[in-house]
Amino acid sequence: MSPVTDKDKTPYSWPDAKDRSVIGSRVSRVDGPSKSSGRAKYTYDYNPEGLLFGLMVRSPYAHCKVKSVDTSAAEKMAGVKAVKVVQGPGSEIFWAGDDIVGVAAVDEGTAEDAVRAIKVEYEVLPHMVDDWSEPKSAQEDTGPLSMDDLINMFQNQVPDEDVIARVKRDGITFQPAQEFLDAAGKEGVDKSVLAAIRTAQIKPAVQKPKSPFKKQAAKTQGDPAAAFKESEVVSEGLYGVPVITHCCLEPHGAVAAWGPGDHIEVQISTQNVSGMAGQMAEPLGIPASNIHMQQQNVGGGFGSKFSPDRWAIVAAQLSKQAGGAPVKMMLERRAELEVAGARPSAFARVKLGAKKDGELLVWQSSSWGTGGPGGGGMPPIPYVFDVPNQRLEHTSVATNGGPARAWRAPNHPQAAVLTLCAFDDMAAKLNMDPMAFLLKNIEMTGPRAKTYTEEFAKADELMGWKSRWHARGDKTAGPIKRGMGLSLHTWGGRGHASNCDFTVYPDGAVEIKMGTQDLGTGTRTAILMVAAETLGIPIDQIKLLIGDSKYPVSGGSGGSTTIGGVSSSTRRGAVNALKQVFAKAAPALNATPDQLSAKGGKVFVTADPSRSLSWKEACARIGAMPITSQGKNPNKQEPPDLTNSGAGGVQMADVSVDTETGIVTVNKMVAVQDCGLVINLKTAESQCYGALIMGISYALYEEKVLDPVTGRMLNADMEHYRLAGYGDIPELVVHMMTGKGYDERGVIGLGEPPVISPGAAISNAVANAIGVRVPFLPLTPDRVLSALHKTTSSKGVA
Amino acid sequence: MKRSDPVSPVEEEVEPSGVSRRDFLKISTIAATVPVVASPKTVLAAGEEVAVSGPGKVPISLLVNGEKLSAELEPRVTLLDALRNNFNITGAKRVCDRAECGACTVLMDGKTVYACSVLAIDAQGKKIETIESLSRGDQIHPIQQSFVDHDAQQCGFCTPGFVIATKALLDKYPNPTPEQARKELAGNFCRCGTYAGIRGVVHAGRKGA
Ligand code: FES
Ligand code: FES
Repeated sequence: MSPVTDKDKTPYSWPDAKDRSVIGSRVSRVDGPSKSSGRAKYTYDYNPEGLLFGLMVRSPYAHCKVKSVDTSAAEKMAGVKAVKVVQGPGSEIFWAGDDIVGVAAVDEGTAEDAVRAIKVEYEVLPHMVDDWSEPKSAQEDTGPLSMDDLINMFQNQVPDEDVIARVKRDGITFQPAQEFLDAAGKEGVDKSVLAAIRTAQIKPAVQKPKSPFKKQAAKTQGDPAAAFKESEVVSEGLYGVPVITHCCLEPHGAVAAWGPGDHIEVQISTQNVSGMAGQMAEPLGIPASNIHMQQQNVGGGFGSKFSPDRWAIVAAQLSKQAGGAPVKMMLERRAELEVAGARPSAFARVKLGAKKDGELLVWQSSSWGTGGPGGGGMPPIPYVFDVPNQRLEHTSVATNGGPARAWRAPNHPQAAVLTLCAFDDMAAKLNMDPMAFLLKNIEMTGPRAKTYTEEFAKADELMGWKSRWHARGDKTAGPIKRGMGLSLHTWGGRGHASNCDFTVYPDGAVEIKMGTQDLGTGTRTAILMVAAETLGIPIDQIKLLIGDSKYPVSGGSGGSTTIGGVSSSTRRGAVNALKQVFAKAAPALNATPDQLSAKGGKVFVTADPSRSLSWKEACARIGAMPITSQGKNPNKQEPPDLTNSGAGGVQMADVSVDTETGIVTVNKMVAVQDCGLVINLKTAESQCYGALIMGISYALYEEKVLDPVTGRMLNADMEHYRLAGYGDIPELVVHMMTGKGYDERGVIGLGEPPVISPGAAISNAVANAIGVRVPFLPLTPDRVLSALHKTTSSKGVA
Repeated sequence: MKRSDPVSPVEEEVEPSGVSRRDFLKISTIAATVPVVASPKTVLAAGEEVAVSGPGKVPISLLVNGEKLSAELEPRVTLLDALRNNFNITGAKRVCDRAECGACTVLMDGKTVYACSVLAIDAQGKKIETIESLSRGDQIHPIQQSFVDHDAQQCGFCTPGFVIATKALLDKYPNPTPEQARKELAGNFCRCGTYAGIRGVVHAGRKGA
């Protein structure tokens, strides 16, 4: 995070503010016209000759065993070209909607008929889909520890003394080999723990009772007991965020064609063009180099489209069976919502201790949540603020609700709710403005404290926070209560490894190839802006090719790593190309290459711009062979230069709550966001607007509702899985922190950060309006009313 | 219904399928009562003779963007699937496939319909206009340009539906109030959250009219 000084400058460094004419400006996305005219092609739109339509038989049970599968009737149907059993007799199925049999047919109607004709017998097993009830039976593990148990404890950072106590009390089930101890030591396990394991009693393994609950993590910092004694005010609360589903409008899926020589052509809806083939090779039993992936546009991913999933693999297998005809396997909407997206849930009881003046002393939490059948980890709580004294424990809940997938800013939106809502309740108890409370403790945010302070000042100005804030509970008459809330967030966002190829032709044409993808974040436009700035020519003179696994490898678009990666590789590739152009053009200008600059479509002598060539004239000196160059954003081991890590922001919400109906209306939201050097201000702001809107959606409406009786998702359609609509969107104010102090940090990703805070900010605004906390998102009318009337409703107030 | 009703975003009578309520009841009656087969191609329902098509493929011809398109299709094929799968007109998107999201919005005789909820066979003899009809080559419609200018699209999957719905809004109300815009656009959803940009389009459209 240290500022880049002049001596750190390299030929690749970003141009100074005064020399930038493209970077940081507002440029309309270059693929905008193709999208708004409907010409843009997505995987779903791809209709090659002889296309077959794929469809899956899906498990109707949340937990079952496949007993038998009879596909004979389907196979005999006219128009059915391939049938593939995906999970046959004996397979245990852990969530409803999981794939059992794939079919491919000449049209969709026939594929549906074939699916209906397939007979599958299941042995139904007990399921568990309740992740929100407090795990009362999360018993402490007893009995000797297996190697897995120990590794689990290490990974979850169970305090050394706890591990030692357990090992001494219960023993272990295996002979600890020296290799195991060495490996553990290398991973940072303390010597005292290793000594305890070495001398532990070895006992036979016992059959432990199967429980969906697993104590996952425990952590102690400072002296929480003493800190609670010292506290003058203690605040306790319950907070939670349910599982939500990604609901990409273009579902997951692919079109695969198995060609001669075992070469496969795949169109796929993905966030990860370069990283797909490697994941498909093994299951298909062919080399990854035989798999060609393409994608021009993707209709949403939000973290859920990094893998080919079984769907692309089965599409390829069905194509092989069908003699190579392309097979399109796109999930139907119900499946898309039920199996292709899930953000883990998180719930916590939090207890805080503070001094009367607002100094926060201690955090204690007991949290739980699910990431699906595997349980899941603890969100990063307390979020952003490193409270000096802490005691945490977390229980993961394994459910039959389908596997979790990364969702924009994995675990952060949940952590923000658990933390910032607890802080807000403490501020209310202290009778303090929550902004003053956060600022009082802002040093706990570490090196970002100064930035947050500046951002709060800006947000205050845009929201009129200080002048409009009132203590908890709107005292005005009438059923409509108004209130404000706030939150803050952080994210890494350093660029991923990225490579690109530049070709500059003797006629001045420029071509860039990169194996990246544009999720709608404006990646294409950003790459072109960086190239145009560097080469000094207009964007429309540069041809950009992305979305193809034959292009230079570039990282998957996740974790806000794309903009840093592609802008850095593009900058390097362009500088490297320009150096060669300068070398060829210099003699004609009577100069040496290092005396030249490129700007405004000209190559000129920096000290005497009148000595110039047009870009075309300069490129004419190249000779017959085009110039090629490469750009590579180094991997994360090397110190960052063009891209950096650590974005932050603060958000404020203003809401009205109808206390008769429980309906929450957001009146206004303010987002103040930093992300280092902004490439395209226009699309950067769009990211923030979009994040606020998505945030309103998950704060007020979204929840994957699982039926305890059947184990199935009850709202797997877009009527009952309600997204925020046009009419739900209030006044939105976005302010990007740019300029001195921000730009020098380099490019930092923006996809995740602004989506983190809305849930906490809106929940806090509702508490400020109605005077009580609605513990769990989404803030639906039933939950608001039950909080107001202190009743217990389903997932309402405990 | 209140603005933030959590369940139903659409608040007035909508005819998403283009099938009137009366027709629908008639069809349901056929399903509910055992139809009396009058001849292989008609059934008697509620005392009336109603023509029957299928279940096999039947010739269907559609008038799409001024062009006559024909195919042999099963009667169960929707207008949306016929456009996308048979005629490779893919601007209208399939998202929910049941009249909930608006991604498949097209114009039928000048009115917006959800193409996923109209049978192709019922769309015969009607004038169908899809998103593709608004642009000529690189010359895009001013509303499409306005979507670009206001950055009212991210992934773009909802965009064709929103462009059609916004055009219909501005055709109906050159100066829409926020309330009118809210109602007319209530049948479309965007996951990326481009509504702020779309609001800019609506606003600019109002000034430009
Ligand atoms: S696909 Fe037709 S309304 Fe959603
Ligand atoms: S732009 Fe992605 S769904 Fe609307």
